[in-house]
Amino acid sequence: MRVKKIAVIVVLLVLSSTYLRAQVKHKVLHHHVNIAASIARGQQVYIQNCLTCHQADGKGVQRMNPPLIQTTYVLGDKKKLITIVLNGFNEDVQINGQSFSNSMTPHNSLSDQQIADVLTYVRNSFTNKASAVTAAQVKLVRASNTK
Amino acid sequence: MKINSLLSLVLPLAVIPALILTTQPKNNDQPKKHIIAADNAGLTLPAGFGADMIADNLGGARHLAVTPQGDIYVKLSDTKDGKGILFLHQNGDKAEVANSFGDYGGTGITIKNGYLYASSNEAIYRYKLNDKNEVIDPASPETIVSGLTSHRTHNSKSIVLDNEGNIYTNVGAYTNICSEFDPKGTGCPILNIAGGIWVFKADKLNQKQSDGIRFATGLRNVVGLDWNQQDNQLFVMQHGRDELHNLFPNIYTVHQSAILPAECMYALKKDDNAGWPYLYYDWQTHKKMQGPEYGGDGKKEADSKYLNPVAAYPGHYAPDGLLFYTGNQFPAKYKNGAFIAFHGSWNRAPEPQAGYCVVFQPFKNGKPDGDWEVFADGFSGSKSLAQPGDAIHRPCGLAQGPDGSLYVSDDVKGAIYKITYKK
Repeated sequence: MRVKKIAVIVVLLVLSSTYLRAQVKHKVLHHHVNIAASIARGQQVYIQNCLTCHQADGKGVQRMNPPLIQTTYVLGDKKKLITIVLNGFNEDVQINGQSFSNSMTPHNSLSDQQIADVLTYVRNSFTNKASAVTAAQVKLVRASNTK
Repeated sequence: MKINSLLSLVLPLAVIPALILTTQPKNNDQPKKHIIAADNAGLTLPAGFGADMIADNLGGARHLAVTPQGDIYVKLSDTKDGKGILFLHQNGDKAEVANSFGDYGGTGITIKNGYLYASSNEAIYRYKLNDKNEVIDPASPETIVSGLTSHRTHNSKSIVLDNEGNIYTNVGAYTNICSEFDPKGTGCPILNIAGGIWVFKADKLNQKQSDGIRFATGLRNVVGLDWNQQDNQLFVMQHGRDELHNLFPNIYTVHQSAILPAECMYALKKDDNAGWPYLYYDWQTHKKMQGPEYGGDGKKEADSKYLNPVAAYPGHYAPDGLLFYTGNQFPAKYKNGAFIAFHGSWNRAPEPQAGYCVVFQPFKNGKPDGDWEVFADGFSGSKSLAQPGDAIHRPCGLAQGPDGSLYVSDDVKGAIYKITYKK
């Protein structure tokens, strides 16, 4: 009786852990698919809204439009990055000893999902490798945006 | 494994035609000896002309001025080792930095009546020259004007003097098309302090922008300008607006946005208005078009009251240098014509970039006469340029030497080219 009970518990444990592991694996896989899809959508948003200034290679234009390659602006605080897209940018930036003069216009007409996608694309392109930006994160920043 | 070994066989084969292509001389009718010896510093030029790169790696070499002794003053966009002006002395086919001074970056530099004038993005200074045209006291310039409008975008100040003691400078509009300051399209409110040419007394110290006169308006951004001695008149090159397709995808295709609007040459008189931001110029139809922010639909023409350009060039070429050639070294057709240094485009993306060359515009009796032609090309280092970051050099400033040689500056690496006619 006791042995049977233990056996049932062990079987249950084994089953549940396999199930859990499968769940986690599924989740990770799902996450990868999500990021890949977001990057693909983000590339289209980039082509439409960002490419003429920041260029297809993300290098920008000397002294005018800053590069998006391995900079703290792109790889650092997501809230700051989302705010730049929402409000535009008109501050002096020094990157690799060069300053950039052009001001960026606000892109607040893009949806939360479009901003999440384009930032996920930028954070995972041009040799960048950083976590995804989600629509929920953009929504939160937009809600508390004072501008 | 199989694919890998196949690739390792095929890849080297693929490189061979590429090697053949890149090592072939660009211009077959040039004598071979010359290509090996100089290769015209990588430039292609009309027959009979040659180029030397007399200096390199100077920094962001913007405009430059050559003295009657053949020495060269170069204005750097940003200071290098704390200095923003270089003084180069020529020695054979090289020019070496003999001195550097000025603790500010900028664009404008010119020599007139015994003074060197130079500009930062906010101010104009001058330095007294000795009889060899060397700056006497590099540490203490006189301030001619300070506090010029400068809000990052289009903030460079180019300078030129007339023959009556006046100095002209562009004050660029700190915006693409004024829409953020004029959302309802009722009238661009920044034109009283930017988007035009201002004139000041060249020998009066410590002027403010309000002490000067707005000489001409409706000019988005000017970088190349020069005084035409035949006409006794100011000529300027305007950088046309950007983003026609991105802002109005229903009116303009990606291709139209790449080639429009024109980069315009204007001959200015006092109180002229070239019409930015209300219009743009179409170099294909030779028409002033109503801007889409102000009710334009891609077909509607603009009010005829605005100034017509005297010549127009393809979109986004970015004219950063203008020089009227008054020398005797080049063949007669160049005399009193205009050289234009086109810095090259970025706003043509995703289409290939264009410009990155020095153009010659023939003139007759002080007016453009006939089609422009590419005079010097090859600065960028490649035939088809996808993005400006790939350009090795970009022409910016132009100057004429005492012997009639043409000097071109590059603000990517900081090369100085000297172009001569060999007969």
